[in-house]
Amino acid sequence: MNQVLMSVGILLAGAVLALLTSKLPRICTFLGAGSAVAACAFGVLPAWNAFNSVGPYESQRWNWSMPEGADFIVQLDVLSALFLLPVLFVSGLSAIYGSQYLFAARYHKQLGPPWFFYNSMVASMILVLLARNAVLFLIAWEVMSLAAFFLITFEDEKPGVLEAGRIFLIATHLGTAFLLVFFILLGQRLGSLNFDKAPPDGIMSSATSSLLFVLMLVGFGTKAGLMPFHVWLPEAHPVAPSHVSAVLSAVMIKTGIYGLLRFLAFLGPPSEWWAWVLIVLGLVSGILGALCALAQRDLKRLLAYSSVDNIGIIALGMGIGLLGVQTRNAALSVLGFGGALLHVVNHSLFKGLLFLGAGAVQTATGTRDMEKLGGLLKKMPRTALGFLVGALAISGLPPLNGFMGEFLIYLAAFREEIRLTNPMVSVPALIVIASLAMIGGLAMLCFVKAYCIVFLGEPRTQLAQEAKTPGFFMWVPQLVLALACLLTGMFASRVLGTLGPVLTSLTKFESDVVQGELQEAAGLLSHIAMLSAALLAMIAVLGLFRWFLLMGREVGSTNTWACGFSAPTPRLQYTGSSLVQPVTSLLAMLLPMRTNLNPPQGYFPQSASLSTETFDFWQERLYKPVFALIGWALSKLRWLQHGLTHLYVLYIAVTVLVLLIWFLGMRA
Amino acid sequence: MKMEMCVPSSWISSCGGLLAAGGAASELTWSRIAVQCVPTMLALALSPLMLGIINRTKAVMAGRQGPPMFQPYYDLAKLLGKGAVYSRTTTWIFRAGPIVGLAVMLMATLLVPLGGSSDEDAAPLGFGGDLILLAYLLGLARFFMVAAALDTGSAFCGMGASREVFYSALAEPALLMGLAATERAIGRYYVLDHSGGMLSLSEIHVVLSNDAGTIWAQGALILALVAVSLVVVLLSENSRIPIDDPKTHLELTMIHEVMVLDHGGPDLAFILYAKALKLWVLSALLVGLVVPANTGSLGLNIAITVLAIFGVAFLVGMIESVMARLRLPRVPQLLVAAMALAGLALVLEYREVAAP
Repeated sequence: MNQVLMSVGILLAGAVLALLTSKLPRICTFLGAGSAVAACAFGVLPAWNAFNSVGPYESQRWNWSMPEGADFIVQLDVLSALFLLPVLFVSGLSAIYGSQYLFAARYHKQLGPPWFFYNSMVASMILVLLARNAVLFLIAWEVMSLAAFFLITFEDEKPGVLEAGRIFLIATHLGTAFLLVFFILLGQRLGSLNFDKAPPDGIMSSATSSLLFVLMLVGFGTKAGLMPFHVWLPEAHPVAPSHVSAVLSAVMIKTGIYGLLRFLAFLGPPSEWWAWVLIVLGLVSGILGALCALAQRDLKRLLAYSSVDNIGIIALGMGIGLLGVQTRNAALSVLGFGGALLHVVNHSLFKGLLFLGAGAVQTATGTRDMEKLGGLLKKMPRTALGFLVGALAISGLPPLNGFMGEFLIYLAAFREEIRLTNPMVSVPALIVIASLAMIGGLAMLCFVKAYCIVFLGEPRTQLAQEAKTPGFFMWVPQLVLALACLLTGMFASRVLGTLGPVLTSLTKFESDVVQGELQEAAGLLSHIAMLSAALLAMIAVLGLFRWFLLMGREVGSTNTWACGFSAPTPRLQYTGSSLVQPVTSLLAMLLPMRTNLNPPQGYFPQSASLSTETFDFWQERLYKPVFALIGWALSKLRWLQHGLTHLYVLYIAVTVLVLLIWFLGMRA
Repeated sequence: MKMEMCVPSSWISSCGGLLAAGGAASELTWSRIAVQCVPTMLALALSPLMLGIINRTKAVMAGRQGPPMFQPYYDLAKLLGKGAVYSRTTTWIFRAGPIVGLAVMLMATLLVPLGGSSDEDAAPLGFGGDLILLAYLLGLARFFMVAAALDTGSAFCGMGASREVFYSALAEPALLMGLAATERAIGRYYVLDHSGGMLSLSEIHVVLSNDAGTIWAQGALILALVAVSLVVVLLSENSRIPIDDPKTHLELTMIHEVMVLDHGGPDLAFILYAKALKLWVLSALLVGLVVPANTGSLGLNIAITVLAIFGVAFLVGMIESVMARLRLPRVPQLLVAAMALAGLALVLEYREVAAP
């Protein structure tokens, strides 16, 4: 516990030092990145120990002068540790990566501020996970968001970056507004803003707890990127420096999931419709997220949408888990929540990996537009290998870790008990099976596109032709994460086995019941790991067999066959857009698309062009109209604004007077 | 410390589970293992014959004599004996594609049961939930085959890759929902005491074959819907008419055949063999559902099942003889229909119990 607080201290010290040495890029990078790496390495061991302990959990309590008798309380329990481990792991590796990534910008940018904000973002993320007091939680939450804002707008000279930052700032503050109300209401019911102890039962009416659930869902859902509150992800993630996008997408959005899980326990017994809401939001996020992802040309935007899709999978798991809690079915809740938690960890690893890979591609070629890339495997083999592992994992394919979490959620939806209880429970299970299968297919198409168009084939433009090999500090973190993906896949049963205490507190079942269910599921996972090992062995044997067959035989090389056409150019290759065109045209109603067609005209056409642009369904159909309406309503108040200073002084004086009269009137 | 203690023991126990049938404990003897290897050996040996049967059926229906039944074996032998030519555009992904594809299909044959009517005759690697793994393993093979196709940089391969992934994105939910409905429909007759509350493919087959009359009488509609959607999935996944035309890679049928256009030599042999195994695996699933043989003798059961699998090959040949390939825009409709049928089966299954 104290060690984790010390790593927060190291991070903050590093942040300040980096800011002070901003004029000296080399030292500043060393201090900024070095302190982040050191702090993360320092914190991993205590976090790992806490993750494996069964309680009682260490906590620290100090008094601080905050209203409502709140204390500065931090605690490290298994749920915190589960989220803390990926935070430390991914942030540390991203800092190593970032040291080289940012260093390239040293001639026209000061490196102090980005390292200051990076370290404070990581420190505040750790505090969010440790805080057991609403005021502390909100302060850390806010620092995290603001630091993220300044990191996102690092390259503010480029077009669209400030706009993206603004969307992020508005979205995250709207979310925080809901959380503020949530914490005030919750604090009123609990009688304290501390939440280090589980509350007594029956202190809340079901109406209150439902209201709290909605507030929490919007507030935390905005951070997590659950559709329809996801609009900031596809804007903010592409423009941020890549090591920051990796942290944002891999771990920061998970703090939203953490919040949901942490505070569900305070709301008392769940209503049935909560599970329904989660499952429907999961379905929408999952399928629309995957669909939007595969329609993108911008590699990092594709990854951002795919985070929405994975948050959808997590929400499906949580929905099934809640259903189990609500119907008092241990197996259902353990498998649902267990699958969701496993997917949280897995997604942190492979999404971090993919963003680092995308950043390497951007550094090497200067573009994120997939249609301009191609053939990069030959220029950057290690990045290509890492990205392949990430792509396989995120498509949920065995033997990698992505499959394991999804498998548990499937297993929950297949449970025997579901249909014996009631049809209102079996229908969500059906939705989960169908939507997971759909998401799987779409995600695979999406990542076949992302991987193959970028790394395989011939370079499509000069940019890809002249790609530079990324430096040492940029590829090592990727391969470490790739290895982590493989290992968490192989040892998923081990990770799942330690979730007992978390699941006991989430599901409120007896701990031996939960353990029993976990053992069964972990047995299946280790069986799958065995089969995966067998599969890898089989691949190796077949590889050797092929090598043996070709040994001593003639192996020639030639051009790709182009049906007799002898001078193919790279432009003849299939593009990413055409690769996914069958899907985007079939599901066009879910995927609004603008097509600008300038058809060839006349007998000797001079020019012709076709361009398509996919836009976000929710942003276009929901947020733009709503914000336009608000803007219109506010424009009616424009007569108040004159730009004359003394008028504003008058406004202030009048306001103070009115408040004074109101206050005195209350007194009387 | 704890990790070192914990992992090996769980691995060892699942090692045992590997050889025992789908979680149900059985005596581990050499004869048992030998018996469990028989279905796998049959799959490995006989699957190319299915392609021969399909071609012979088509030839006879068209009034031709056609190639010998064993032509696929001759093809395989010839291809395995050849050298290779690779495009300069390609990378190791192109070479890995056929290997991963074949490895996955070999795994799949170890998951799917063949005529076992008791727990001891289950598929060697089956476990509760293997049907999910099966669907995702097919996905893994597809990812690599498609990546290998796109690795050539050829527009033709790209076209095939695009369609292949698209159609299987529709076929996969159909397969999964169909198997889910079957699992649910049959799990009803079986008291679960193990393995995460889910039947393995082998257990489904054991329950079904032991009480086929009753189960089919009570759940005829559900099982028939599943069978129909499985047939469509089988045709689509194996790129047969009416979804794809295995005869040619030319313009309008550019799906599977065009994807493998640049492969040759041993690589093509791997692909061909994997294709035969895939046809075998999906046919075995279908046969297990429709012809759940239970004669009391394992040998006879297996014989009947293998004959029925050849029957599926004959059926595919007949379909190819009497139907034309669908226009491309029609194909998704057929697959969505298969998905809807499987979904309907699942809904019916849930409703049936929920109603009273």
